[in-house]
Amino acid sequence: MSPTSDTHQHKPVPKPTPETEHYWEGTKLGELRIQRCNECGQAYFYPRPSCPHCSSTDVTWVRASGQARLHTYLISHRPAPGFTDEVPYAIAVVELEEGPRMMTNIVGVENTPEALVLDMALEVAFEPRGEQSVPVFRPASAS
Amino acid sequence: MSVRAKTAIVGASETTRIGVVPDMSALEMHAESARLAVADAGLKMSDVDGVATAGLSPVSVAQYLGIDPIYVDATTVGGCSFLLHVRHAAAAINAGMCEVVLITHGESGRSRVGMPPRVADPSSPPGQFEAPYGTLGPPTMFPMGVLRYMKEFGLTHEQLASVAVAQRKWAANVPRAMFRDPLTVEDVLASRLIAYPMHLLECCLVTDGGGALVVTSAERAKALAGPKPPVYVLGTGEASETPMVSMMEDFTSSKAFRLSSASAFAEAGVGPKDVDHLMVYDAFAHLPIYGLEDLGFVGRGEAGAFIAEGHTSPGGSLPLNTNGGGLSYTHTGMYGMFLVQESVRQLRSEASAQVADVNISVAQGVGGMFAAAGTLVLGTAAAAGV
Repeated sequence: MSPTSDTHQHKPVPKPTPETEHYWEGTKLGELRIQRCNECGQAYFYPRPSCPHCSSTDVTWVRASGQARLHTYLISHRPAPGFTDEVPYAIAVVELEEGPRMMTNIVGVENTPEALVLDMALEVAFEPRGEQSVPVFRPASAS
Repeated sequence: MSVRAKTAIVGASETTRIGVVPDMSALEMHAESARLAVADAGLKMSDVDGVATAGLSPVSVAQYLGIDPIYVDATTVGGCSFLLHVRHAAAAINAGMCEVVLITHGESGRSRVGMPPRVADPSSPPGQFEAPYGTLGPPTMFPMGVLRYMKEFGLTHEQLASVAVAQRKWAANVPRAMFRDPLTVEDVLASRLIAYPMHLLECCLVTDGGGALVVTSAERAKALAGPKPPVYVLGTGEASETPMVSMMEDFTSSKAFRLSSASAFAEAGVGPKDVDHLMVYDAFAHLPIYGLEDLGFVGRGEAGAFIAEGHTSPGGSLPLNTNGGGLSYTHTGMYGMFLVQESVRQLRSEASAQVADVNISVAQGVGGMFAAAGTLVLGTAAAAGV
C-alpha cells in the first residue's frame, strides 16, 4: 500500500443488483427513475419489484421530475472514505415532488446550517462515481 | 395468549469491569457475565437449557460455557436484541420449550478485542442508497431527523443538550459510570460538533463490557427461590421499521418505538402513568425525546421542555436513565443489555442511584438507527400480583 493511499480513497461506489439495475442505468443517462404502483397509485423509492404500500407487483418505472425539497439533514464532521476534502459536509434526505424521500448530498451551496434551510427547493444533478453516476441535489434554478 | 407475569428474571449481572477493558475478549465478556448472572440466580450453569445472544452466535457462547442448549435464539436486530431475547424466552418457557434461558452480551466496542470486522456491502440497500453519500457509522445517520424535529416542534439546541445534563446528574451517583463530573448546557454546546446538530457530549460513549440475564418460569422462581427477588416480565413488545434511516416514515417519531411499546403496555395491562422508572436507549441525546413521546409519557413536541425542566432528573417525577445512560454510564455498541440490568437493579432496590418505591420499570431499546425496537415492562412481585 502506498503511503498516499489513505488520502486518495475513493467515495463508495454503489453496486447494482438485478432489481436496481434500471435505476442505475437511468442515472448514467441523467435520469432519476423511480417506480409507481399501478394498483394503489403511489410512487416509491428505493427500487424493488413490489410496492411497499400495497405489495402489488404491478409497478411501472417513471422518470421523476428531479424537483425536490430539503426534508432534513445533518452535517458530518467525520469524513467517510473519499470525503476527506469535503468535511464538514451535509448528508441530507430530500422529498421528491412525486412523494418518496431519498438520501443525498447537497451541492452548489455552502453546506452550513445558515445556507441549508429546511424545505428549500432543490433539483437533481448527477455526480460520476466509478462506473456509476450518483444523484445529488442543488438549489433549484430560479426559472 | 398473554404471558404476563408467567416468567421472571432471576439472575442479572454485568461484567466485573466496564469501560476500558483491553484484557478481555468480547466472548469472555459474554462468559464472565453469564457466570455471574447464573450465580446471582442461585443456579448452576448445568441448570441452563436455553441460550440467547446477539453479536456472537449463541452456539459459540453455549459451547464456551459447556452448555448443551435445547433452545437457541440468535435474534440480532441491533442494540435492542437482548430485550427481544427476553420476550422470546418468556414465550418459549411458557410454551414448555425450555426452563432456564441465559441471555448474554459482551462487546469490546472500544478495545476491539475478539470482535468480528465490520464489512460494508455496496450491493445492499444501504450500500446503494446511503453509503455513497458519505455515511460513516451511527453519528452520520441516527440524528438525521433532529433538524426536522426542531422545525416541527420548536425543540431548541439547549433543550437537546439538557438530555446529557440530566443524565450526568444521575451518573454522579453511579461509581461505575464512565463520566460523573457535573455538566452544564453550555459545556455540551461548547463540545465539538460531531454531526450538526449533535455535539460530542450528545453522542454516546464507546466502551467495553458485557451483561447477562437468567429468565425462568414464575413457578420455578417461586419454588426454587434464589438469593434475589424475582423481577417479573409483565409485558413485552418488539417491532421493526427500516434498515435505512433515510426511509423512516416520520423523521420526528419512531414507528418501531410506538409499536413495540404499545404491545408491551397492552400485555402488562398498564400505561405510562403507572410507570415508576424508565430506561430509554440513548445512543444520542434525541432518543429519550423520541422515546418519551412515542411511548406516551408526554405529548408530541413536549419532551424537550419536560427534560430541560428537570422532570427526568434526580428528584423529578419520571426517573429516566438512572445509570447515566449511554451518554454517561457505558455504551458497548449494543447497549440494550444495560437498560435491562438497570431496570432489574431498580426493581430489586440495589441500584447505585436508587429511586424510592420502584414497582414497575420500563426498558425501551432501539436497534440500528431506529431500525428496530424492543420494550420490556418489568415489575416486582407486588406489581405482578403473585
